[in-house]
Amino acid sequence: MFIWLDRLMQLLVEKIFGISMDTRLGSSVHFFFYDTIKIIILLGIMIFAISYIRSYFPPERTKKILEKVHGVKGNILGSLLGIVTPFCSCSSIPIFIGFVEAGVPLGVTFSFLITSPIVNEAAFAILLASFGWKIAVIYVATGVIVGIVGGIIIGSLHMEKEVEEYVYQMQMGETEIQELSPKERAQFAWDNVKQIVGRIWIYLLIGIGIGALIHGWAPASVLAKYAGPHNPFAVLVAVVLGIPLYSNALGTIPIAEALINKGVGIGTALAFMMAVTALSLPEMILLRKVIKPKLIGVFVAITGVAIILVGYMFNAIAHLII
Amino acid sequence: MAIKILGMGCPNCNKLEKNVREAVKEAGIDVTIEKVEDLKEIMKYGVMKTPALVVNEEVKAVGKVLKVNEIKKYL
Repeated sequence: MFIWLDRLMQLLVEKIFGISMDTRLGSSVHFFFYDTIKIIILLGIMIFAISYIRSYFPPERTKKILEKVHGVKGNILGSLLGIVTPFCSCSSIPIFIGFVEAGVPLGVTFSFLITSPIVNEAAFAILLASFGWKIAVIYVATGVIVGIVGGIIIGSLHMEKEVEEYVYQMQMGETEIQELSPKERAQFAWDNVKQIVGRIWIYLLIGIGIGALIHGWAPASVLAKYAGPHNPFAVLVAVVLGIPLYSNALGTIPIAEALINKGVGIGTALAFMMAVTALSLPEMILLRKVIKPKLIGVFVAITGVAIILVGYMFNAIAHLII
Repeated sequence: MAIKILGMGCPNCNKLEKNVREAVKEAGIDVTIEKVEDLKEIMKYGVMKTPALVVNEEVKAVGKVLKVNEIKKYL
């Protein structure tokens, strides 16, 4: 898909900068420009397309859909709606209260809350840019499954008492769901592109820069030995490292790309990414306003274990998908 | 006329407030601007995404930072 860009950047490096592609510097510079342009193109297209679809699913409508379904079907639907409902961590509290107040079961609410941050358009676009569509699609599918399973387990623990009492006493008003014209949807989508790219570009550039250095200089044998698919602790360490980082750490994906080229397990990289997006410290501090520490602990434990399992699974089957 | 900005203090909420103040100043009309940060009050409006703009107790926009000229339409 991007062979033309690859060639173009080779020309840039060799003819304009006058650096040979066979040198470390040439290979790093090429990686930097090639990756930057590729990711910006894909980010723009993906965020626009997904945001356009998202404009049809405001949280108010998602809530109405989830009110009507029960049992495992609710978890599946909750997790799927987590993909398309616009979500940012500043909205997680109102969404949580809105769902609970509407009688959506706790497990279904968590299915939504787990999938929503994991499967986001920025992560999808960057995965697509770095690893191709197969990995990007598998990432989305496993994100949805983690949400479904996590929600079912949390639902089966009957932890309704671990939600702050005041949440149940909330009286929620009704708003009309605004119908948008195609022009307004396009505007919404374009605003999202600007907002997300504006938020993460600096981290991306830093990430691509470090990735470029690794690409040119890091010794593959050392990395493969310590963080390769055969080191059983690599996934665990990746997930723990991912928790204090926030979604701006999407910039770490180009680093992951460079690391994987040097022999780090793909499952390790994916688990790290999921941990960065799904288990963030700021998100937990926000959730503390509506749920008690015990339930936050359960949420982190279940989601964390699920992500670790995903990491091991990917490392085990990596040779089949790349 | 009364305008309320609903939001629990996120950066976008502050941006919206700033835009509202600017729109009101440019329009030169008498408007009371109130920032609602209490979650219970926010939820009463049925809003699930912040910031939200409420004009005369009617929710006009949810989950986005309106620009100054967009706000002027509601004044």
